[in-house]
Amino acid sequence: MENKLDGNAAAGNLEEIFPFEMTLAQATCAGCGANDVIGAAASYMHGMGTIIRCNRCDAALIRVAHIRGRYLLDMRGVCVLQIKEG
Amino acid sequence: MERRTLLGRLIWQLGEVVATQPETARTKSITLNLPGWSGHRAGQHVDVRLTAEDGYQAQRSYSIASSPEEAPRVTLTVERLDDGEVSPYLTEELRVGDKLELRGPIGGYFVWEAEMGGPLLLVAGGSGIVPLMAMLRHRSAAESTVATRLLYSSRSLEDVIYRDELDRLMKRSTMLEVAQTLTRAHPPGWTGYSRRIDLQMLREVAWPVAQRPLTFICGPTPFVETAAAILVELGHEPARIKTERFGPTGEKHDGE
Ligand SMILES: Cc1cc2nc3c(=O)[nH]c(=O)nc-3n(C[C@H](O)[C@H](O)[C@H](O)COP(=O)(O)OP(=O)(O)OC[C@H]3O[C@@H](n4cnc5c(N)ncnc54)[C@H](O)[C@@H]3O)c2cc1C
Ligand SMILES: [Zn+2]
Repeated sequence: MENKLDGNAAAGNLEEIFPFEMTLAQATCAGCGANDVIGAAASYMHGMGTIIRCNRCDAALIRVAHIRGRYLLDMRGVCVLQIKEG
Repeated sequence: MERRTLLGRLIWQLGEVVATQPETARTKSITLNLPGWSGHRAGQHVDVRLTAEDGYQAQRSYSIASSPEEAPRVTLTVERLDDGEVSPYLTEELRVGDKLELRGPIGGYFVWEAEMGGPLLLVAGGSGIVPLMAMLRHRSAAESTVATRLLYSSRSLEDVIYRDELDRLMKRSTMLEVAQTLTRAHPPGWTGYSRRIDLQMLREVAWPVAQRPLTFICGPTPFVETAAAILVELGHEPARIKTERFGPTGEKHDGE
């Protein structure tokens, strides 16, 4: 099942890992250079994990999986991630 | 917030069901008491986790329907999908006194607070009204006079969630306008719209582009995409349009 949701829907999964409000973190897409907050990106949730995609070019920005007590983060689609403190 | 800062990350907590309230034939509001609740902002959601006896877990997101002013009580409004895994349990099985495992509040993006001003345009399809209702309840509790328009699409009058409360809120505030559309069945004498959301409808209901409204759209994925695309086509700034997709609309739920 691959449902298109918003980055906001993935916030819980991201906040398992990062101690920040990740929907307001700004990701610059390594593919097309688009710069937007994670909350506005597209997200697809699977049983095993979540993929956050660029709204402009659809490239995978961030993949998060949680498998056997380990978090796996593939972030090669993001060239800069700006996180606001607090 | 202290609790989260202390632990550094989001944690699961148990809430006790203190009230349940049917809203329509398919939706139910569930009020939880959460002693450790750090408060929330209108528009945020929680993740709910169910664990079966064999350890199998299912996790879903549910928007918070209640205003921040009601904390540490939090109300969720859940629509039952007959073939669903989690929503039938929440709407049919859960009883007052039961405990529910959840974490939150989650999300700082799809959020409106009275200080953010407006004018405000809220567009809801079906259960997509839930986080927008938190905004309207917060607006009322904070005695905000921000000019607000809600466009709410339902299948029939019987499917309109929070119908009486929306009427009351509208009567209380001259700055709140509610437009409704019924996509499948409309009662005799119905004066609202009777079709799916389209360009003409949004042209009539939305604020003029020059007023730079803040827009929140919530509902099934195709509904949200249609409404957002039309508003952009009408010239609204994409950056001021926030969306919350609740997921698919299957055969039986092609909605709103
Ligand atoms: C941020 C966020 C907030 C949400 N807030 C609410 C809320 O306040 N109230 C609420 O009722 N739901 C809300 N949802 C949807 C909710 O998370 C679940 O997707 C929904 O309850 C279905 O779960 P289920 O386990 O019953 O069905 P599943 O077992 O997941 O799915 C059963 C069938 O229904 C379809 N389906 C899945 N989700 C939906 C949907 N939302 N609409 C129509 N068909 C669907 C599936 O494709 C499948 O065919 C929200 C979703 C997100 C991402
Ligand atoms: Zn891109």
